[in-house]
Amino acid sequence: MKKSQHRSLSPYRFPDKKGHFGEFGGRYVAETLMPALKELEAAYQKIKGDASFRKEFQSYAADYVGRPTPLYFASRLSEATGHRVYLKREDLCHTGAHKVNNTLGQILMALRMKKKRVIAETGAGQHGVATATMCARFGLECEVFMGDEDIRRQSLNVFRMKLLGAKVTGVSSGSATLKDAMNEALRDWITRVQDTYYCIGTVAGPHPYPLMVRDFQSVIGKEARKQVQKQTGRLPDYLMACVGGGSNALGLFFPFLQDKRVKIIGVEAGGDGLSSGRHAAAIGGGKPGVLHGQKSYLLQDPDGQIIPTHSISAGLDYPGVGPELSFLHQAGRIDFVSVTDKEAMAGFDWLTRLEGIIPALESAHALGFLKKSAKKLKKNSIIVINLSGRGDKDMGTVADYHGVSL
Amino acid sequence: MNRIETKFKDLKHQSGKAFVSFITAGDPNLATTERLMHRLESAGVDILELGVPFSDPMADGPVIQRSSERALKAGASLKKIIAMVKKFRRSSQLPILLMGYLNPILAYGFEDYFRDAAAAGIDGTLIVDLPPEEGEAIRRSAHSHGVSLIYLLAPTSDDERIGLVAKQGAGFIYYVSLTGITGAKIAADLSSQRALKTLRRQRTLPICVGFGVKTPAQAKKVATLADGVVVGSALVELIETHGVKNGLTAVESLAKRFSRAIHSLG
Ligand SMILES: Cc1ncc(COP(=O)(O)O)c(C=O)c1O
Repeated sequence: MKKSQHRSLSPYRFPDKKGHFGEFGGRYVAETLMPALKELEAAYQKIKGDASFRKEFQSYAADYVGRPTPLYFASRLSEATGHRVYLKREDLCHTGAHKVNNTLGQILMALRMKKKRVIAETGAGQHGVATATMCARFGLECEVFMGDEDIRRQSLNVFRMKLLGAKVTGVSSGSATLKDAMNEALRDWITRVQDTYYCIGTVAGPHPYPLMVRDFQSVIGKEARKQVQKQTGRLPDYLMACVGGGSNALGLFFPFLQDKRVKIIGVEAGGDGLSSGRHAAAIGGGKPGVLHGQKSYLLQDPDGQIIPTHSISAGLDYPGVGPELSFLHQAGRIDFVSVTDKEAMAGFDWLTRLEGIIPALESAHALGFLKKSAKKLKKNSIIVINLSGRGDKDMGTVADYHGVSL
Repeated sequence: MNRIETKFKDLKHQSGKAFVSFITAGDPNLATTERLMHRLESAGVDILELGVPFSDPMADGPVIQRSSERALKAGASLKKIIAMVKKFRRSSQLPILLMGYLNPILAYGFEDYFRDAAAAGIDGTLIVDLPPEEGEAIRRSAHSHGVSLIYLLAPTSDDERIGLVAKQGAGFIYYVSLTGITGAKIAADLSSQRALKTLRRQRTLPICVGFGVKTPAQAKKVATLADGVVVGSALVELIETHGVKNGLTAVESLAKRFSRAIHSLG
């Protein structure tokens, strides 16, 4: 895997001006959207160096979202694995997942850009809820696109969004999951680009979204880096996070990329197993291609058609992955692995019983990986796992899985 | 000079306008598409645009989304579409361009694609999600095989982008009449759109206007503002509602009406 490490990652100068991470990323969209992306990029450059924006962001992050989130030493997981396991508690954020870090940043931007209407795509509904929450807080009109299949399996979050005043629009085309919701959000944006802000929920999409979302989510890794050093006196041996589009993963990983001794592991959704063809592991089972405005690893057939994905977790059920993660995979800086639905469920039960924390099914993938591979890692390692969200939204799916009717 | 370029040169001499018709290749199957192409030619179409179906057509409305789904279900692929055009070429010199999304062309390999497309007699290619900024290598490949790489412009395009496309585009410029997806309602303010006005002042490439042209009367109006008119969803919809047998005749007779409307000018 290390053989392709041909590119110097330090200093780290990615993306370039056109939004490329090596061969990945870029801006592959219909012409109608090009001016809007330029406008967004200019707005982002402006707020990036703006102290008043930073202050506003930090103030809401502290008092509204509840940051910094704790880095929790999970002593019973540690005992069970023979390592020192720390959980970055994004599940304790307002709305229940890391997604809100990004929506806070983007909605503050939308306000500065004087947009009145916000749209978003959502899979698990966490990004939809986070967007609806911020729109409620700031009095913006909000419409969330969600695949019919996800509306079914994440019905609690659909209800939350509606309570928050958002319109939830079901999408029945294709596989009726996250990718189709993103298609529909893009179609809406093409149609109403003048007055609408498109709030993408992960480190994917056309430039500048992957950059912007990474920056907003990096708060996770910045905090974790300080916290782990304070609690253990050194940097961790391993970082682990689940990877759907990659925003919680990159948010944790990014501030550690230059720390060469920290091993970084991204856990993709293995569904029924990579050999079954029913999974959502874009890097593990895909090849580079273009979808939703970016070049990145993509699950596709030999004709370049996107293939249907499967994961027990709606938030990971997506055929692509953010371009920066594709790049860091190719550069050999991040190792990508996958765990099956079954292994994720084992991780879910494990954390719930040992630590009294019910994780989101997405985050349960990272725990599933720890559970199955703990013995293979160097003894007594310091491991930081991103607990990206809590499991309340998944009670229906988990009950189904165990054959329980609620 | 490929057939698209020759066509516009001829039309210019006659002060005529081009009728560009769009259908999805392989909807409901490729044999029907080939027959439809002949019918469209006899109905008076000047340029044939064939949609290459994609699983995730982000810039298309429900009508073309559904037609793409039908085509994919029936097994259409870029390879088979190229082969079908090659066969069609034995009996027709109608200018043909393929319109689609980038990923199927990347999966094919874009160098191989332009080589095979040129050999099959395909004159142009329009890739919806490939703006000129990302298109340099692909544009060079298209150019070296004599295939026009056609770019889109939209009402949101500013002067800089209009200049860029006028410089880098080939064949013609496809002006999207509205901020929206295919099949939407045509903009009432087309004639006053700033981008279209600016675009008409450049003289490097012919301009075709499309998206939302549903009736011959609209087509006639649009033709006064451009060098050509693209009609898509209105024809594709007939294939859906009439089925194969009656669809052929229905499409041909509507195409005839469009042809008369567009060609009555000049
Ligand atoms: C709790 C949680 N974790 C992870 C994800 C996956 O997204 P990403 O890979 O962008 O973090 C989601 C998406 O919905 C989520 O809700």
